[in-house]
This record gives sequence, C-alpha cells and structure tokens, in this order.
Amino acid sequence: MPHPPRLRPGDPLPPGPPRAGRDLLLETTDRGLYCAAGDFYIDPWMPVDRAVITHAHGDHAHAGSARYLCSREGERVLATRLGPGAPIESVEYGKEVSIGGVRVSLHPAGHILGSAQVRVEHRGEVWVVSGDYKTEPDPTCTPFEVVRCHTFVTESTFGLPIYRWSPQREVFADIAAWWRANRDAGRASILFAYALGKAQRVLAGVLGAESGEIFTHGAVERLNRDYRRGGVELPPTGYAGSEPRGRDWAGTLIVAPPSAAGSPWLRKFAPFSTAFASGWMRIRGARRRRSLDRGFPLSDHVDWPSLLATIDATGAERVLVTHGYREPVVRWLLERGLEAHAVASRWEGEPEGEPAGEEEAHEGTSAGGALDAEEGE
Amino acid sequence: MKRFARLFAQLDETTRTNEKIDAMARYFVEADPADAAWAVHFLAGGRPKRLIGARRLAEWAMAEADVPEWLFEESYHAVGDLAEAISLLLPDVSEGSDRPLREWIEERLLALSGASEETQRAAMLAAWRELGGVERFVWNKLITGGFRVGVSTQLVVRALAKATGVEEGVVAHRLTGAWEPTADSFRALSAADVADADISRPYPFFLAYPLEDDLETLGSAADWQVEWKWDGIRAQLVRRRGQTFLWTRGEELVTDRYPEIAEAAALLPDGTVLDGELMPWRDGAPLPFAQLQRRIGRRTLGAKMLAEVPVVLVVYDVLEIGGVDLRSEPMAARRARLEQLLSASPLRARFIVSPLVTGEGWEPVRTAWSSARDRAAEGLMLKRRDAAYGVGRRRGPWWKWKVQPYTADAVMVYAQAGHGRRASLNTDYTFAVWDDGKLVPFAKAYSGLTDDEIRRLDAWIRRNTLEKFGPVRSVKPEQVFELAFEGIQPSPRHKSGIAVRFPRILRWRTDKKPEDADSIDTLRSLMAER
Repeated sequence: MPHPPRLRPGDPLPPGPPRAGRDLLLETTDRGLYCAAGDFYIDPWMPVDRAVITHAHGDHAHAGSARYLCSREGERVLATRLGPGAPIESVEYGKEVSIGGVRVSLHPAGHILGSAQVRVEHRGEVWVVSGDYKTEPDPTCTPFEVVRCHTFVTESTFGLPIYRWSPQREVFADIAAWWRANRDAGRASILFAYALGKAQRVLAGVLGAESGEIFTHGAVERLNRDYRRGGVELPPTGYAGSEPRGRDWAGTLIVAPPSAAGSPWLRKFAPFSTAFASGWMRIRGARRRRSLDRGFPLSDHVDWPSLLATIDATGAERVLVTHGYREPVVRWLLERGLEAHAVASRWEGEPEGEPAGEEEAHEGTSAGGALDAEEGE
Repeated sequence: MKRFARLFAQLDETTRTNEKIDAMARYFVEADPADAAWAVHFLAGGRPKRLIGARRLAEWAMAEADVPEWLFEESYHAVGDLAEAISLLLPDVSEGSDRPLREWIEERLLALSGASEETQRAAMLAAWRELGGVERFVWNKLITGGFRVGVSTQLVVRALAKATGVEEGVVAHRLTGAWEPTADSFRALSAADVADADISRPYPFFLAYPLEDDLETLGSAADWQVEWKWDGIRAQLVRRRGQTFLWTRGEELVTDRYPEIAEAAALLPDGTVLDGELMPWRDGAPLPFAQLQRRIGRRTLGAKMLAEVPVVLVVYDVLEIGGVDLRSEPMAARRARLEQLLSASPLRARFIVSPLVTGEGWEPVRTAWSSARDRAAEGLMLKRRDAAYGVGRRRGPWWKWKVQPYTADAVMVYAQAGHGRRASLNTDYTFAVWDDGKLVPFAKAYSGLTDDEIRRLDAWIRRNTLEKFGPVRSVKPEQVFELAFEGIQPSPRHKSGIAVRFPRILRWRTDKKPEDADSIDTLRSLMAER
C-alpha cells in the first residue's frame, strides 16, 4: 500500500478517512490518552513505557515512565520537574518523528516554556492534542501555532463566556501600579503566581516598570534559572530565603506560588499587600474567598472567544473536549453542527467551578512536592 | 459613576480599616455633594428597592450577550452572583460615558420605578452599553437591590468625620433616622452649627461585644451593672415637642405598630429619649419571641392581637432628659435618672425599668446566667458603671454574655453551593438526626467552618455525591457535625416536627461515625426541658 502524502501542519486537509468500523487513533484509558497504532501515551498519569508530554505542569507530566518525549524548548523544565536522571528525549517544534510507524510532531502551544500540541498522523488521519494553550503572545515561550487536523483534542479550563481576558498590557500596568502604590505606602508586594510559567510571565511583564528589587520563593527561583538558560529575558531576581534576617522588605516585589498564601513563610515580609495573578481572578468571589487584596486576571489558557476561534481555525471535523468546562463547550459545539465529545480527564468528577484548574485540586500531587501548585493554570 | 465605582473597587480590595476610611474620606472631599449624598446612603447600607425581577434582567442580558439560556445558567452558577454574571457576559464597552452618580440614580434608576417593561428594558440596555467594567457591576448591584460594600455605618461616619472635620458623634447623630440623600443633607452633615432641627432623630445605638473571657478579667463586680439580655426588638423611643417616634435598631420607624407604647409615651415629658427592648409581655412576664413575630409585619392590628400579645418597652437606658443629651454621663448616673423618671406609676405599666442582677462579687452573676433560660432571657448584659453611652460596637464598656447554646451531633445529608464569595463551593448544608433507623433532616447551617474546612469538605462532597437535584446534592451520610442552636420549638411545618433557631456549625466531628449522631428523641427532650 502506498504511503499517503506527508501533510504539513498548515496545509488544508483532505477529508479524513471514513471512520465507521475503525478504531480511534487515540483513546482514553485508565492511564491516559493512548495511541494503539504507535503504542504510546500522551500525558499519562501513571507510569508507562512511552510518554509524549505536552508540558511540564504536574497534572500533565508524571514521573516513573520508561521514556519521555517532549519539545526541545521544554526539555530543561521537564527535567527539573521529573527529577534527575529522567529518560527524556526532545525534538524541535515541527520536526516529525516516527513512533511505531505513527508520525508524531510537536507544535508550540504558547502555554509555558516548551509547551506543545501533539500532532499525530496515521494513514491520512490527523489528530492534534492541544495540551494547555493560549493564543495571546507571551515573551517567555514560543507563540501558539494553529495546526490543521481532523480531530482536535482541546482543553476547556476557561470554557465559559464569562471568561474574556483583558489585553495583557493593561493587566501588567495594573500590577506595576499596585507595586508602586505599595512601595509608596512602605509595604512589600506579594504576588502569587504558579511557579512554572505564570511566575516567569509576570516577571517578564514587569520588566522595565520595576518599582524596586524583586525576590522569589525557592520554587519560583529554580524555574527562573531554567527559563534564563533557555534564553528568556527576565528582570534580576533574588532568592528571598538567602536574604539576611530582619531585612526591610518595603518596596520589594515577592513572587511566590499560591500555596504560600497564608503560610508562616510570609510573616517576615510584613507589612505587605497580597495579589494573585490567575484567570480565576476574573471572578470577584474567587478573590474574596482567598482574602487577597488584589486579583489580576492573567491566564495562560485560552479564554472563551479564543477557544472557539482556535477550534474553528484547526478545521477539525471532530472536537474532543477535556479538562475544565467540558460539557458546556461540547454542547455549544454540537449546537453549531460540529461533532464534539467530552473526554474523561484525570480529575473526573472534580472540575465543577474552580477546582479543575486550581491548586487545591492538585496540591502536592506532583513529583515536585507541595510547593509546585501551578497545575492547570 | 466612574469615581463611585473606583471607590467601590478600593473598598472591595482592602480589608484594612484605615485604607477604607481614607478612600471614603477622599471621595467625600472630591465628589459633588449630590453624588456624595447618594454614596453615603449606599455605603451606610441604604438600598434601592428591587425594581426589576431577576428573570427579566437575565432574559435581557442573554439577548444582549447573545448567549443561550443554558449557557447563561452555567455561567451564573460559576459566578454565583447574578449582577456580576451579567456584567461579565455582556460585551465590553469601548467608550463609556461618565455621568454623575446622582444622575444615574435620580434620573435613570429611580425612573425605572413604575415604568413599562419596554421602557425598563430600553433603559437597562442603554445603561449596559454605556457602562464598562466595575461601573456596570455596581449598576447591576444597585438594580438588583443587592449593593453591599464591606463597610459599616460606623466606618462611613469615621470617614465623614475625617473629611468634614466634624466630630464623629455629631456626624453619627446627624446620619441617624430618616436621612435623605440630597446635596443639602450632605452639606448639613458638615455644618458647624450643632443645633438640630429634626425632632424625630434618634441617637446611634450603642452595642455590646460578646464576652469571651472569664468574668474575673473584668475586674471587680462592683464596677459593673448587670441586666438580663432580652430576646425582643431593640428600640429607641423619642419624645419631643409633643410627638413620639419609635425607632428600631435597623432605623425603621415603627411608632404605628406599637400603639400601646405610643399612647403611654404621651405621658413622658418633652425632650425624653429612652433605649430599651420591645417585648411581648403579659402578667408580669415575657412571652416567647414567636408571639411577637405574630404582630410584626401585620398592617392592621386588631383588638384581639393587642390583647393577646401586649407589648412593653423594657427600658435599659435614658439618653436625653429635658432635651439634654445625657450620653456622656456615666451609666450609674443615667440609671439613677432613669429610675427617677419612670417612678410614676402610670408609666410603669408600659415602661419597665430593666431589672438588675444584684449581689456581692461575681458568684450571683454566674448563678443568674445559668438560670437565664428559665427567665426567657438570652443571657446577661454587663455594663461598666462609669461608662458613657458610646456609638456603635466597641470593646470594653459593654459586654453581652449569652447562655450556652443547645447542641446536637448531626449527619450532613445535603449540600448546596453558596453565593458571592462562596459561589462554586458547597457551603450550605442540611443536617439530619436519627429517627427509628432513618435520618430526618432538621436544620440547615451555613456558617461555622473555617475556609480551609470548607474547601476540604467541598472536595469530599464532590467525591461523595449520591444525586443532584439542580444545585442541591445529596451526599453519603458519613460526615458528623456538632451543631449549636439557640431555641427549639415544635413545628408542624418541618418534616422532623421541630424547628431550631440560629443553627450553626460548632465543629466538624471527624472523630465520630454517623451512627454516633443524636436522635430526634434527644432533641425532643431538649424541648421538654424548657
């Protein structure tokens, strides 16, 4: 049988082969999304022989598998997350590899450094697994790229029309103004941001608008190092833990993971103002119930309009929706004549309201330990 | 409106009292008096009547946002607040207007009252297209009658005092009663002239904090005046220039609802203000609060009701005699004046001087406290004999010492998501006790757990849901909680046959199994004790 012509990601797709009576190219199993034709898993949550990883957040990258494949850009952070000696291979974005005869390539997802969509092609049928993604530009990672496909497996963390992001320059301007006002009032500014990705994006976002020195929590500082080695420009930061006792923190910005909120670690920075940079901060109640002073709605996931626009741009005939507000997104797509299904994720039963993407649903579950609470956002 | 919305955001974003006061004071200085008057009104808890039903608002918003009903519902559930859900769903506004708050309220909001549905719809759409971000949220909150900011009237008073340089007590007094939100009223708040034209105006109520420490921490018992804490309606009676005004603590004028009090008040000398508790009272003893509830809310009071549930004012304090403000005098002196004032027998039928708990040292106080329930009192009030009558709630001069609540161990059987800051967390719980091998629900409680416990319990609820009925979930009957409540009465309206007053969670009894929970018989025996 002649091999079908190689399709390139931007190419218009011929209609997919008839599906009746055929197995799905990817299926959900109790270990995660599985490709039987190539015998590999995408983001498995249990140890497997061969794992293709979209990105290094704890709910996507689990330790213990025999072989990992990720993007070249994401190799360093994945190694930091999985621990020393993890068997990781990496590949450049867009470069195709063959796994068990199935064509696999990784494409930028714009979520965090090294985040990838996984394109899987077999016998003329193309699937793309988005992992987590955003389409807004972000100086800390390669921008999202639309990949045409027959079946698109998309996340839906913020899959409701109430989630519409303001332009990020406005959010960064608000953060800078909050920091400045705190400095003028003789206070430290404590900004909670998921340690991997959001923290670095926020740091890059305040570059050039600093009101003082910046310090970070250990969980953030470790990853800053990986980002800088990967060529991402961040403002100078110091590790808060190595500062002398009794130091005056007034006017500084301290970036810490959300799990540090309310912990005794914060005491030494007093007096301070607290804020959280997260898409969840779009909702007033989400901020108020954490007793935060400020909430900056800044997300590394697509908002509702971008989610729908992306689905449209992929040209997919079938959409599988995972992780977040699956049911509303599926229903919306069905009502517009698309084939759509909800796909079970690891957190079955949980993702109602916030916990889908929130630290409490995942706290301490990743190999990185309790402070790596950034999963999902 | 922009300026007021910014003030709202500032107040919403801080928990620090001083920052709130500063933000308000800045606003009062900068804003036009007509706007500031409305701001004072809303900040101090004034609310416009709900003018448009939630259903209609939702429908108009769905159409405007082009969102189907099911998706609107999903969004509303995720947000937990209708006003906020609508403002998030509506399209962004590129260039908003900036009309003054006064105009928005007087010309747009109040004009909605009695307007046709079509006019209301057009007005709402126009507002939504003009207002962006926080302003739209604030507007929706005003429209739905749910506008709330985390400031007390006392904080507003402090901010006004700071902004105007007028003493706090004077500002508080000027704000009390039927204050009208107009530019003139706002200017009058800061007027240097203290002489007061409004004869109806009551004084701000002085309130007590709950006593948490031992009695001994209060020093010598001789320094304290001890009274019963009655479970009625706190009220202030104002008698000036031949007229009577009866105000509740909610600053509602209720003179007409207590004709027997108004009649007796005519016997008081002009320029008298009393602070007390409206109590249903017959044959020299209090009736249960439920009896008073029968009278509350009735438009017309028949002779039968007046005879069955007569009301007295149990008088705690006198704040004014002969038109002179006595609040700065010590408690002991005010008490002496009160006893003298009410010594005339015709007055004593309706005005009962609050009885004191007397004796040497703290022991009689303790004894009285443990017998409070027998006297149908909620506990005791402790007031320093040398203390002035203050404004609002202050620690130190007055304490309330409530009797121990009733308690029972119960099993959680239903859970439901809360609203506002508790949206999308299951925070409203229904509890059941055993009745012949079955669990019968008997109380709902919303408060008493820490934020951390709420989150853990929410996670448990999600994993252990048996069935969902709309927003309500039935859960596995496994979690036991110790509940507290103030009163317990038979109730044919409840499946369990009992109704409890002010139920709340004392603690999560993770050490107990569901079979360890109490039975309905235990609760019935509590009722029998009364």
